[in-house]
Amino acid sequence: MSSTATTSDKIEYSEAENRNALIAVKAHLITGLLVFLLMMLAGFAMRAAQGTWLDIPVDLFYQIMTVHGVGVVGAAGLASTGVLWYFLRQYVRLSNTIVWTNYFIFLIGVVLILGSIFLGKYGGAWTFLYPLPGNSLGAWSTGSAALFQVGLLLIGTGFLILYLDFGRGILGRYGSLGRALGVTQLFGMEPLNIYHPATVVAGTMVLIVNFIGIAAGAVVLVMGLVNLYYPEFKPDPMLMKHLIYFFGHVFINVAMYAAVVAVYELLPRYTGRPWKTNKVFLAAWFAIIFLVMGVYPHHLLMDFPVPAWAAITAQVLSFGSGLPVLVVTGYGALMIVYRSGIKWNNTTKLIFLSLFGWAAGVIPAILDAMVTVNRVFHNTLWVPGHFHFYLLLGLLPMIIGFMYHLTGEGKEKAQSSATDNFGFWAYFVGCLMTSMVFLASGANSVPRRWAVHMEEWVTLAQFGAVAAALVLLGMLIFVFRSLFSLPKAANPN
Amino acid sequence: MISTVYAISLAGMAFIAAVFIFVIKNSKEVEADYPSVIQKWYGVRGKWFIFLAILGITVTFLSTSPYPIADQEKTYEDNEHQVVKVGAHQWYWTMVPNTVESGKPVAFYVTGEDVNHGFGVYDDNLTLVAQTQAMPGYTNKLIHTFDKPGKYKILCLEYCGLAHHAMITELTVN
Repeated sequence: MSSTATTSDKIEYSEAENRNALIAVKAHLITGLLVFLLMMLAGFAMRAAQGTWLDIPVDLFYQIMTVHGVGVVGAAGLASTGVLWYFLRQYVRLSNTIVWTNYFIFLIGVVLILGSIFLGKYGGAWTFLYPLPGNSLGAWSTGSAALFQVGLLLIGTGFLILYLDFGRGILGRYGSLGRALGVTQLFGMEPLNIYHPATVVAGTMVLIVNFIGIAAGAVVLVMGLVNLYYPEFKPDPMLMKHLIYFFGHVFINVAMYAAVVAVYELLPRYTGRPWKTNKVFLAAWFAIIFLVMGVYPHHLLMDFPVPAWAAITAQVLSFGSGLPVLVVTGYGALMIVYRSGIKWNNTTKLIFLSLFGWAAGVIPAILDAMVTVNRVFHNTLWVPGHFHFYLLLGLLPMIIGFMYHLTGEGKEKAQSSATDNFGFWAYFVGCLMTSMVFLASGANSVPRRWAVHMEEWVTLAQFGAVAAALVLLGMLIFVFRSLFSLPKAANPN
Repeated sequence: MISTVYAISLAGMAFIAAVFIFVIKNSKEVEADYPSVIQKWYGVRGKWFIFLAILGITVTFLSTSPYPIADQEKTYEDNEHQVVKVGAHQWYWTMVPNTVESGKPVAFYVTGEDVNHGFGVYDDNLTLVAQTQAMPGYTNKLIHTFDKPGKYKILCLEYCGLAHHAMITELTVN
């Protein structure tokens, strides 16, 4: 079996370090998948309530909506970090202590956020859009809004500490971020090395972009906290909106770019074909840095004071941000699988599915990022339609596929069990249906974030609830697999 | 517009699904000469990239000229426009006047009086026809010409707290 990993010098760790590192990765995966499962339950509850099948008070609905949003984003960050860290530490020396530090800070942050929502009744959505957290008209207290933001701030701090370790490790091995990214090869300052690890390129991009994104998030969270306790300090709502969407967009996008290393690392192992680095690949990842950070104004297209040049730039960059997956990663995956004799198991099925979910989910996203289209799609259920598509069918299959790989699936040449196979199909059909019902609802102008739906929209919500139940069923099987097979599994490497 | 975008999305997603299914169907037989596979499909990839680039440039140009958002520097308080001043509050709308004429452009001056809201105009089929954000400290100017008379609904499209979904009012178009 060949991969980018076999052709590059690997970092040597002690057996104890490797054992501990594997436990850390499994903890990230299991925690992430458990949180995802709970958030899917929350999603099901919301769709059932909108479909009039479940009676939930509106304050509880919006608390569930808040925990669903923040929980999914947090779980995406944590689990994708587990995937990236597992592979990146093979190329650059990373600290087990730091990854555990981030993990436990994350858990403390989660406790604070859960407390703010379910004890403090905070229901200001995960976007904490200023000045809503301090203006609930009595629904929640200043303290609970502050606790939510402190929880987020803490989680962000944990990630920043982790990225400092990424930076230390990458600079220690490659000398500069540009070399690690392959920019020196791209611009001819160094000869092209086709064995330059894709994981290092992706890890460096994640470090640069998410460090900046989280720093922006910290700034807006601190400004929001100051405002909560000193209301005479009134930051500009437009500035706050820019910072919030920059942070939010970057963080959730980076989760995808972190988890995609599972594709680069695992498809070569299961097809016997190498994923070689070339200039197109390096150029795409170099562009991604700017694209991921530059597209966020597409969340503000209905804020008309945003200048036309900024909105049009966001539209162009949004289209551009679809190209790396449509032309490089997705396309590369298709080539590597085509007539490869690949053995289809849970790992490969899920990894391959993830590329489909990402590539197909990009289409409704790009369309909605057009100014003229956004006028009749913004803040309808079209928006959750496209991001559920590429989170449920793109990001999560990368993480779950990697989880199956870690259980030793490839090593033992085990056939997929009937239960796992059933889980896959329940999950696939459920996720496809969930996303398509959201998109259909958006095309019917159904607004997002409404606790109570108008009569005309109830049937669509009921279809959504059935779809969400199927997703839950599939996810339940994946979570059981992670709980029962993952803890005792030896490292497949 | 909405149905066209929906149809394009479905067609694009179906195309991608078809390509993935094609590759799955062709995944079992083994082509040992992988370099020749790469060479063949890299050629296609170049054309695919050029196609997407041309598509992107064309669509961007066509969809942004003229720019679909009204000039925010301009004042619309003239004989050619009917001006409606909209205030968004937790959790109600103020709209003066709340009756306009069809066929003549309406300039909605929209602001948020407390937190962020979304000013969404729905026709009697509950189809979204126009929207803008209602943000504290800013006044967004939304220009829309109603083609047909009727009772239009104004719905909140930005989450603004516990009665967000109940923030509904009516606009009469004669």
